[in-house]
Amino acid sequence: MSRTDDPGEALAQALAEQRLRIVASLIRTTRDWDLAEDAVADAAERALVTWPRDGVPRNPAAWLTTTAQRRALDVIRRAGTERTKLAELGAQQQLDEPGEEAAVDPGVVTDDRLRLVFTCCHPALSMEARVALTLKVVAGLSTAEVARMFLVEESTMSQRLLRAKKKIANAAIPYRVPGARDLAERLDGVLAVVYLVFTQGYAGAAAPELADEAIRLGRLVVDLMPDEDEPRGLLALMLAQHARRHARLVDGRLVTLEHQDRSLWDREAVAEALGLTMLHGRLPGPYRLQADLALAHLRAADAADTDWRSIERLYDRLYALQPTPVVALNRAVAVGMAEGPARGLLALDELADHPALRGLHLLPAARADLLVRAGRVPEALEQLDRALELAPTQQERDQLARRRTELA
Amino acid sequence: MKYLMLVTLDPSRDEADTDATGTLDVDDWVAKYDGSGVRLMGNQVRMAEDATSVTRRNGELLVTDGPYAESREWIVGFDVLECADLDEAITVASEHPMAAGGRLELRPFVED
Repeated sequence: MSRTDDPGEALAQALAEQRLRIVASLIRTTRDWDLAEDAVADAAERALVTWPRDGVPRNPAAWLTTTAQRRALDVIRRAGTERTKLAELGAQQQLDEPGEEAAVDPGVVTDDRLRLVFTCCHPALSMEARVALTLKVVAGLSTAEVARMFLVEESTMSQRLLRAKKKIANAAIPYRVPGARDLAERLDGVLAVVYLVFTQGYAGAAAPELADEAIRLGRLVVDLMPDEDEPRGLLALMLAQHARRHARLVDGRLVTLEHQDRSLWDREAVAEALGLTMLHGRLPGPYRLQADLALAHLRAADAADTDWRSIERLYDRLYALQPTPVVALNRAVAVGMAEGPARGLLALDELADHPALRGLHLLPAARADLLVRAGRVPEALEQLDRALELAPTQQERDQLARRRTELA
Repeated sequence: MKYLMLVTLDPSRDEADTDATGTLDVDDWVAKYDGSGVRLMGNQVRMAEDATSVTRRNGELLVTDGPYAESREWIVGFDVLECADLDEAITVASEHPMAAGGRLELRPFVED
């Protein structure tokens, strides 16, 4: 990254590079989450005072690290209680390591960031708490920002974060990357948190910038776990979906994939997604398969060019890993597109009585699509009426209603 | 870190899993964690019909038969575990047969 002499820019750059590392290592040494975050905020404030006066230091990131560590140590010393002696020792040890080296040593610090990610996403915390902690402490958003994104009062979000940090301390949730035995399962948990953040933004109910935050988090997990393929798969999946954001929602209207204006797709995001190929010699996991599915659509020049045969095969493999009714439903649609609507409708019939699909608009909407392709318009209209009754959001109801008008 | 592990059973729900994969026979579980120093103590407790509730309200002692009426879950046993952290306690609990047959609840001690 290029260096700048502008104090404000230099600080923003240094924080972007270093904030997470500093917070993560201070949490390890002091066991005090608030202190770690406050120390970085305090160092940033100091930088805004001293850098314009004395000039931007040669290595702003190292300056920030050392200042935050000193600040944390000061606070601990001033508190001076017996309980903090250990924390003081830890923080001191860290300061004794040569400052600039400590800031850039990849081995140790990388570990701390990963520890932080796994602790924020620990299954003993509620999902709400995991999401809030990850956005606040890992992504570095303010409590007010996280509250706004989830449409809750700042005081509510602040309570939620406080509760989560208390539980981590009280229940002794470890600050550690899980061992080999639990790693796969716990990594799934981390990825689930990241993807939940993404879908919250994608669904449009909350703030759209959540999708950007999720992609940033996804890149972080890919960087921190370069030998795992599922983080790469998740990042590719999010990018592939994100690439369609401008084509998917036009003037507040939901546009289905088939009717999207493909020139509105974000080519840069598509290219990045395509570049995240599967690591050599792996079996594809659920995120990798979902990414491949999304990319199969992105590769097609237009809707007619879509390779439905390979999409059907991908759904077969996904269903083997995740035998959920929604995957089965999407698979049935792919069968209909690849082998003709009659085959697809047969596959949908098998799902008709599934309790998990009862009350969802997805089944009648999919059936309507295949019926139209089979030329059975009156039946399709019936199914659209049923889907309209069940669709949960106004956007989806509008989209189904438009489709109905076109047909009728 | 010490944890009270409550062993509970909800007889109104048919939630027990007959697949005991990953769990140990209770005697083996006790032997394993007594041996490693994790299990400090523990026991089964008698069922709700043998429970007695004791309360004091406005200075008056009230002794009644049975557990608190509203609770559907029965506490059928408990163990006190000494673990490095919650992850260790989760591993220990996950091997208990009642993880499949009922539900285990880990409550950290307020003071160690």
